Amino acid sequence: MNPIKILVAAKRVVDYNVRVRLKPDHSGIATDGVKMSVNPFDEIALEEALRIRERGEASQVVVATVGPHEAEAQIRSLLAMGADRAIHIETTRETGPLEVAHVLLQLVREIEPGLVILGKQAIDDDCGQVGPMLAALWGRPQATFVSKLTLAGGCAQAVREVDHGLETVEVDLPAVITTDLRLNTPRFIKMPDIMKARQKPLEKRPFETFGIDFPSLVVESYLPPPEREAGLRVESVSELVTQLRDRGVL
Amino acid sequence: MSDSEALRYDVLVVGAGPAGLACALTLKTLKPSLSVAVLEKAASLGAQSLSGAVIEPTHVDRLLPGWRKEPLDIQVPVSADRFLYLGYRRALRLPTPPQMHNAGNWIISLGALVRRLGSAAEALGVEIFPGFPAAEPLWDNGGALAGVRVGDFGRTREGAVGPNFSPGVEVRAGVTIVAEGCRGSLAKTLIRHYGLDQGKSPQTYALGMKELWQLPPGRTIPGSVFHTIGWPLPTDLYGGGFVYHLDRDRLAVGFVVGLDYVDPDFSPFEAFQQFKHHPMLMPLFQGGEILSAGARSLVEGGYPALPTLEMPGGLLVGDAAGTLNVPKIKGVHMALGSGIQAAEHLVRTGSPTGFDQSFRRSDVGRELWRVRNIRPGFRAGLWAGLANAAFETVMGGRTPWTLSNAEDWKSLRPRGAVRGKNPRTRTRTLPPRDRLAFVDSAALHHEENQPVHLRVADPALCVSECSTRFGNPCTRFCPAGVYEIVTDGGGSRLQINAANCVHCKACDIKDPFEQITWVPPEGGSGPNYANL
Repeated sequence: MNPIKILVAAKRVVDYNVRVRLKPDHSGIATDGVKMSVNPFDEIALEEALRIRERGEASQVVVATVGPHEAEAQIRSLLAMGADRAIHIETTRETGPLEVAHVLLQLVREIEPGLVILGKQAIDDDCGQVGPMLAALWGRPQATFVSKLTLAGGCAQAVREVDHGLETVEVDLPAVITTDLRLNTPRFIKMPDIMKARQKPLEKRPFETFGIDFPSLVVESYLPPPEREAGLRVESVSELVTQLRDRGVL
Repeated sequence: MSDSEALRYDVLVVGAGPAGLACALTLKTLKPSLSVAVLEKAASLGAQSLSGAVIEPTHVDRLLPGWRKEPLDIQVPVSADRFLYLGYRRALRLPTPPQMHNAGNWIISLGALVRRLGSAAEALGVEIFPGFPAAEPLWDNGGALAGVRVGDFGRTREGAVGPNFSPGVEVRAGVTIVAEGCRGSLAKTLIRHYGLDQGKSPQTYALGMKELWQLPPGRTIPGSVFHTIGWPLPTDLYGGGFVYHLDRDRLAVGFVVGLDYVDPDFSPFEAFQQFKHHPMLMPLFQGGEILSAGARSLVEGGYPALPTLEMPGGLLVGDAAGTLNVPKIKGVHMALGSGIQAAEHLVRTGSPTGFDQSFRRSDVGRELWRVRNIRPGFRAGLWAGLANAAFETVMGGRTPWTLSNAEDWKSLRPRGAVRGKNPRTRTRTLPPRDRLAFVDSAALHHEENQPVHLRVADPALCVSECSTRFGNPCTRFCPAGVYEIVTDGGGSRLQINAANCVHCKACDIKDPFEQITWVPPEGGSGPNYANL
């Protein structure tokens, strides 16, 4: 099999250690001074791409993100991890899964990768839609929630984590793969690689140049989940039954 | 790792705080041809920076021209300052000590300032590496400091090489600037190695805790600064609280206690939480929400404890050296100033030699000398301390003597040997409920399966002598609840919840047997403060 190109898509999100809070006016998530990171599932995606390249089965790993100017910090860390080049589609607006999938579709047509690998979902909105939407728009097969991936003879064999256990599927390349937690553990970034990453190509393109003008999802307001009321301790079974009756459960 | 793989720079700065970044920024401004790198243990810039912070803006104006027009995440001009003595019920307004006048000063977030300084330094070509702590010093053949080795990544809890192991690289430099902040682990090693504290008074510290609150609308008076002494502390304990009113209904509240306290049963965290329940303060907080919280130690020894600031191949700056001005309760302008001084000295002379003297003669050094006797005066208690402070202030530091400090770890008295009554306490209702809830607001991250970074020389001592004489004070002085004595099976043992650690170093300072050593955990571990 000839070495393929791999496109990895990554998103800048609020770090997983941060307790997410809303802005006082409920217009969005508070991000003042909050640590931002690469979506952990997308790091797993890049790690898998790098391992494929290191096995000689891929020639180049391109990483792409759609996000604000500040996302450059995350892009640089992905380059330091080992991606060959990066494309940063800059926008200040909140983009939904369908818009991102359309951006990726245009990149796919340009780069012609044999594989697109992305996280199964982003840990901020938990949509989990970009991968499947891209596969549908592109008209290519997909394997989602993948915990093991092997390439052979123009096919990818993927073990998927599904509700009833593990499922093994085989998809023709090119294909879309979304990663689950157990696929791999991303490597540590090394200091010399951070310096090398400063020399790697990072291409910036305004989101507007992609001509995506369908109406996007508008979030009117964010609300915290309602606070759980305190429970009630009962002394006996008969009291429990009475309480359940009173509440119309029984 | 072989020598050929070492990274090499003209100047290496350890610690991306105000001192280190001011130094790097000034070096690159004065001499752009220098290669300058900065190592930082936090995962991102400013994530482990914590300060009040009311700052004098002079040095910021110089380092970041135009910062006033492009505000930081927190940047509010001081509009009023009040100095209060708290009783259990009442608050008595005292005349504000002259050093604590804040006209022209700004309330900022140190984390936000550090991020801004970092961007400015990077724009000039300084290479900053967040997530890479200095693990140990490197020496050249002549015994001079030659750089540092960065900590390893991917070791298991037992210290073995894990599946993703990545060894720490060597970073070598002509001059290494140690700017780790208060009680830096590298600074501690170097001060001992070179005997930089010989002939100086022992260093003394305080523990500071801080919370950033989002309050219901309309309660704050932006720019109002309150400092308190008195309740809930006993009068023999040096410390006090602060409340800074910010913009957008935000408020910073904090509490500082001198770590030279004597009662092993005293809990700094509990004192901080009590303070918020004073009737003057409590209504402010009710219904509010904590945005971020954390703790750090403060270096309070001042001029008498200031170590020799130069060593072969290296310099100490900022809190790692001990430049905090205690009467002003300000360290940021001193840290910035000492960083600038260090850079100017290096560019002028090309070597660390002579920095100690040039610093002491500078404005920053003289400022520290003038106030040298104020903090030690409080060893005699609050009222004697205030009287001494007033006298020293009138004299402008021209008193013919220099008072000295004592080691904080020696100050604890055995349980039962402490005289005096503790002030009354109140029932607590405001968050955080306990220390676990407190550290939840620090956004901590420690990879669980890494070696424990709090090293106890003799754990048997904890359950024998320390337990009987002092009742294990580590279980109380740690504001993050890292230390627990657990009883399982036949006996008791010390349990170290290292993943709770906020890197304040109180244990390294206060443990009465001086047997706890804080070392940097795996790079990027620790708190991720949002604008503290």
